[in-house]
Amino acid sequence: MNQMPDVIRTIPLEFYLYFSTALFAIGVIGVLTRRNAIVIFMCVELMLNAVNLLMVALSSYRSDPNGQIFVFFIMAVAAAEVTVGLAIIVMIYRNIRSTDVQLMNYLKW
Amino acid sequence: MQEVVMPFNNQEMALLCLLVPLLPFIGFLINGLGNRKLPKALVGMLGSGTVLASFLISVYLFIDFTSNGSRPYIVDLYNWFTVGSLEIGFSFMIDQLTLLMLLMVTGIGFLIHVYSAGYMSHDEGYGKFFAYLNLFMFSMLVLVMGSNYVMMFVGWEGVGLCSYLLIGFWNKNHNYNNAAKKAFIMNRIGDLGFLLAIFLIFITFGSVSFPEVFLSASQMSGMTDSGVMIAITMLLFVGAMGKSAQIPLFTWLPDAMAGPTPVSALIHAATMVTAGIYMVLRSNVLYVLAPTTMEFVAIIGLITALVAATIGLAQNDIKKVLAYSTVSQLGFMFLALGVMAFSSSIFHVLTHAFFKALLFLGAGSVIHAMSNEQDIRNMGGLRKWLPITFITFLIGTLAISGIPPFAGFFSKDELLAHVYEHNKLMWVGGLLASFMTAFYMFRLLFLTFFGKFRGTEAQRSHLHESPSSMTIPLIVLAILSTIGGFIGLPAVFSDTHTLGNFLSPIYDLARRANGAAMEAPHIDHATEYMLMGISVVVSLVAITIAYVLYVKKETVPAPEGTRLSPIHNLIYNKYYIDEIYDTVFVRPVMALSTALHRFVDVVVVDGIVNGFGKLVMAFGRVLRQTQSGVTGFYVFVMVASIVLILFLNFFIG
Repeated sequence: MNQMPDVIRTIPLEFYLYFSTALFAIGVIGVLTRRNAIVIFMCVELMLNAVNLLMVALSSYRSDPNGQIFVFFIMAVAAAEVTVGLAIIVMIYRNIRSTDVQLMNYLKW
Repeated sequence: MQEVVMPFNNQEMALLCLLVPLLPFIGFLINGLGNRKLPKALVGMLGSGTVLASFLISVYLFIDFTSNGSRPYIVDLYNWFTVGSLEIGFSFMIDQLTLLMLLMVTGIGFLIHVYSAGYMSHDEGYGKFFAYLNLFMFSMLVLVMGSNYVMMFVGWEGVGLCSYLLIGFWNKNHNYNNAAKKAFIMNRIGDLGFLLAIFLIFITFGSVSFPEVFLSASQMSGMTDSGVMIAITMLLFVGAMGKSAQIPLFTWLPDAMAGPTPVSALIHAATMVTAGIYMVLRSNVLYVLAPTTMEFVAIIGLITALVAATIGLAQNDIKKVLAYSTVSQLGFMFLALGVMAFSSSIFHVLTHAFFKALLFLGAGSVIHAMSNEQDIRNMGGLRKWLPITFITFLIGTLAISGIPPFAGFFSKDELLAHVYEHNKLMWVGGLLASFMTAFYMFRLLFLTFFGKFRGTEAQRSHLHESPSSMTIPLIVLAILSTIGGFIGLPAVFSDTHTLGNFLSPIYDLARRANGAAMEAPHIDHATEYMLMGISVVVSLVAITIAYVLYVKKETVPAPEGTRLSPIHNLIYNKYYIDEIYDTVFVRPVMALSTALHRFVDVVVVDGIVNGFGKLVMAFGRVLRQTQSGVTGFYVFVMVASIVLILFLNFFIG
């Protein structure tokens, strides 16, 4: 912890934890409550970024670069995931002229 | 059997002994594997040739045996299996009894093979038939040559199997298949007795090999009429009852006539059915130690002889008459065994094999000529068309009726003389059976060969004498039936009873075990002449009655459906024994199995198995409701679960 710049220390670690928890909770609630696939998708991104933020924060406070390297990977994977996800949503829209996930209930017995 | 049975070190002789049963087995393999591919001529040659070779080897063995001082020996080929103290050797025993049976089985077997080549020539199952017949020869030879009870049992089961296969030979006919099954199942009841007897013999004597068992039986003191001896002999006799068609297990034999006629002649008249007598004779040491069983054997034999003879009086199927006469004659043989006239019994086995094979083959020739007609009501006057068959059949009939000098006279007379010594009442019964035998055999002969032809025009135009491959065996058997009796001339005619002297050594141990029982009966010559006279007169009276009824008056048995007198009806329907068995045994067993099927199988077993299936299905039906297809719900469940896990982890873990 000795090499950590002072500017970072001005905001305590707890704040980061509260903030990312709140962000994650918002994402979860969004996924659970919203019906529009695009909004759900955005909420998923929100959850991912909440995790990213948490990782970076902890990485900095513990002077361990592994967390930040991990975040880069997550961002790269998330970018790829966004393209696939959006493509799926586009296909859903083309098929049922809507992005309402409640209408996509074909996967059942 | 002599006390010391020679171990055997002569390789060439051992090989010869092995070849006797092995040759028919090779014939079976070739004919069986090449079933439809081999040409018929080759199949017939192979089938008969292997048996002929066995016969010639048997003759050689016989000559060798007698010229080397008649010492029995054991050919020990290898140790078949060993379990604990039980050692079963794959070994053959050659003694007087075995040789006699060998000559009879292979000799008559060969003649019948030759006959079959003619009789079956139009049948598509020609190869199959010869394969089965050869397999039968193999099994029968193992049965008579085996030197222990297990080998005997192997042969015993083998002949049972072949009997089953050959009765159901024309397996497209459902009735024939049922007859085959009946024979097999009835034999199985007997076989169970035999098997239990083998177990009991092993427990009692610690061995199943003939020399050891008989030696220790003859040396044990206090065995006479002990419980265990009675049990062993009774159980063995149950086996013999099944195989040799004695009351109460005789009903399969008349039905066994469903098989081709040569089979009836070979298996169900001449050889296989005498296996029971052979077995009792082989175990003579055990039997003399159980006089109670002997009495039982005699009574069963007598009842069988009488019952079968009465049924024979009213049958109209040429083969059925012969079948009942076989049962009746087998009864005679057991009667002889029961009164300890062992040699007379085997003498009758031998002569019976000659004349009964002859009669069956003659009947086959008639059936062949009549285009598969078996009902004697539709025959008549056949002697014009079938002269050779007629003469040979006449000789067979005279032989079975006990008219001198034909074979049956000597054996039956000797047998009845022994019975007379033992018990006068049994003798009267035997005489009565012999009277009926003469009557129904001549009834058969007269209805078939005398009078006017009663068949259809189509049958008449087709009448012909059989080919020479069928008539030659008939002639040979007729000669044997004529002169066969001279090997055992009664004491009044000759000092030496050739057959009796030859067989005498096999009773040595029995004499030692229970000498009193084995005393030969001493009948003075006057009595013997009287007995002979009586039995001949009785037969002649029977023949005369038959002649008057069926030739002079030309009576023809009533057609089906005519009302018969109550007694006639009872006999005609074979005392309703099949129906009684059906009611007493078959139906209850069927009812029991139906009940077991309905309750145990369907309700309990199926209930459990299907119950598991239904349970899984029910769970599935409930659980699938959760698969709503709504993604939001899935996500919610996922989140809720994660929260739950975290929660639990936090507070419990």
